Amino acid sequence: MIRYFVRRLTALIPVALGVVTLTFALIHLVPGDPVVAMLGDYAAPADVQEMRHALGLDRPLWRQYVAFLYGLTHGDLGESISQREPVSRLIRERYPATVELAVAGLAAAILIAFPLGLVAGADPGGPGDVGAMGFAILGISVPHLYLGPLLMIVFSLDLGWLPLTGRGGFSHLILPALTLGAALAAILARMLRQSLVEVSDADYMRTARAKGLSRPRALISHGLRNALTPVVTLLGLEAGALLTGSIVTEIIFSWPGLGRLMIAAINNRDYPLVQGCVLVFALSYVAVNLATDLLYSAIDPRVRLSR
Amino acid sequence: MTRRRNPSLIAGGAIVAALTAVALFGPILNRTDPLAINLALALAGPGAGHPLGCDSLGRDILARILAGARVSLGVSIVVVALSLAIGAIVGGAAALAGGRVDGAVMRTVDIVLAFPGILLAIALAAILGPGLVDLVIALGAIGWTGYARLVRGEVLSLREREYVEAARALGARPGRLLFRHLLPGVAGPLAVQATFGVGGLIIAEAALSFLGLGVPPPAPSWGNMLDTGRAFILVAPHLTTAPGVAIGLSVLGFNLLGDGLAQRFGRRR
Repeated sequence: MIRYFVRRLTALIPVALGVVTLTFALIHLVPGDPVVAMLGDYAAPADVQEMRHALGLDRPLWRQYVAFLYGLTHGDLGESISQREPVSRLIRERYPATVELAVAGLAAAILIAFPLGLVAGADPGGPGDVGAMGFAILGISVPHLYLGPLLMIVFSLDLGWLPLTGRGGFSHLILPALTLGAALAAILARMLRQSLVEVSDADYMRTARAKGLSRPRALISHGLRNALTPVVTLLGLEAGALLTGSIVTEIIFSWPGLGRLMIAAINNRDYPLVQGCVLVFALSYVAVNLATDLLYSAIDPRVRLSR
Repeated sequence: MTRRRNPSLIAGGAIVAALTAVALFGPILNRTDPLAINLALALAGPGAGHPLGCDSLGRDILARILAGARVSLGVSIVVVALSLAIGAIVGGAAALAGGRVDGAVMRTVDIVLAFPGILLAIALAAILGPGLVDLVIALGAIGWTGYARLVRGEVLSLREREYVEAARALGARPGRLLFRHLLPGVAGPLAVQATFGVGGLIIAEAALSFLGLGVPPPAPSWGNMLDTGRAFILVAPHLTTAPGVAIGLSVLGFNLLGDGLAQRFGRRR
């Protein structure tokens, strides 16, 4: 286990370095001058020159890159242009809200997916299956940028049960979490159903039925555990995507997280802040994927023995 | 061979065919100008002359949905075609070349895929600025990686087949080998992935336009219609309903078609 852990961790180093480099390249190599973008097309050349110098953009590219890497090792992501504060501090303030939303979205997805998948998988082709899978297809197809406003209309405006926007207690979390988790819930429910249908043909299931267990009983106490492996894999693959799915959700619900910070930074042409947000999002994604790999190898020993 | 029923393929195919027809012929049959402003009709509900009502500037929503179909579907299909072409060539070439070339290409793919897709698209679109071409570039720059990985894997397994060896023995050059003998063998899985890809891109385009990074107004896209409609959700929910349903229906169509194709090709192998 420890050897596997170390191997996965070393394999991560080039990927992380690549992510850092690509983020840097994105901001510095893509056509378009950030300084002109910030000051406008009619800025005086002297002002452009001064701004460029102040930001260190007049240095050779490799020196900027080295300085960027050096700053990173100290947790220094530069200074935000629009807010005149260290990028790292701004991100630290907003990051917990995004993690909270992503975790809540994940929880919502699991809570919806399991009943749906179980109902559908217990009786393939039956009315429960048709209903649950119809619901799941709907969940995949309704884009969250439409689902969010729809939930707001129904639950905040018409029924008045839940707050419209903002971050606060548990009640503020429900609608954004549902919006963010709906698509994942649908994907998971479909996977769980398919996986349950596959294991229900297995020999051990026939044995369980032969010794007198009812179909639902056999499915829950023998089938479910075996059916879970592919579901956990999928959960891991998709969990990272919740982090970025939260960008749109945060905008819809005015959630004060990293996504809104990034979009505001984009609109303000605040490139150091954009760079910092992209980097933190991407590194979080890599970290979540690593965590899932490790978790998965703990559940299923075959993973760490092969490869 | 008895062909099992494949309702996903039929339903998905029908929806996609209908959407394509709407995008091609809708703006021709419905002559209302999607850009014509009439403030007297601002936020008007569905009624005579304007079956889906009017938006905040009194523009006809049906006309905008039809024109938006061209933009939303057009962008998604062009991006998928572009990603597919680049991915197939790069992935195929990497598999045939092997060694260092293969290693370098696949590390690049790994790094791009280490980013959550929409994040890179947002960052690229932000830097390139709003505009249709920039949007296509931003989405295509990320999209090719998935296809490259798929084609490389399939080509590596097909390469050892006898018919490929025979072609090589007859003196076929790598280019001919790739296009004549290897890529046709990958067509099935590629078609499945591309179909799901169009569905994903419709959402991605909508999300980018929603964030103000996609199709710039006044040109209508389903994403920017949702974005502008959101401000009036209290007084005129029909502004968001129309584009929301349009996006949902398209994504549903392409997902069903993808499911159906996967079933079809999955059984053959």
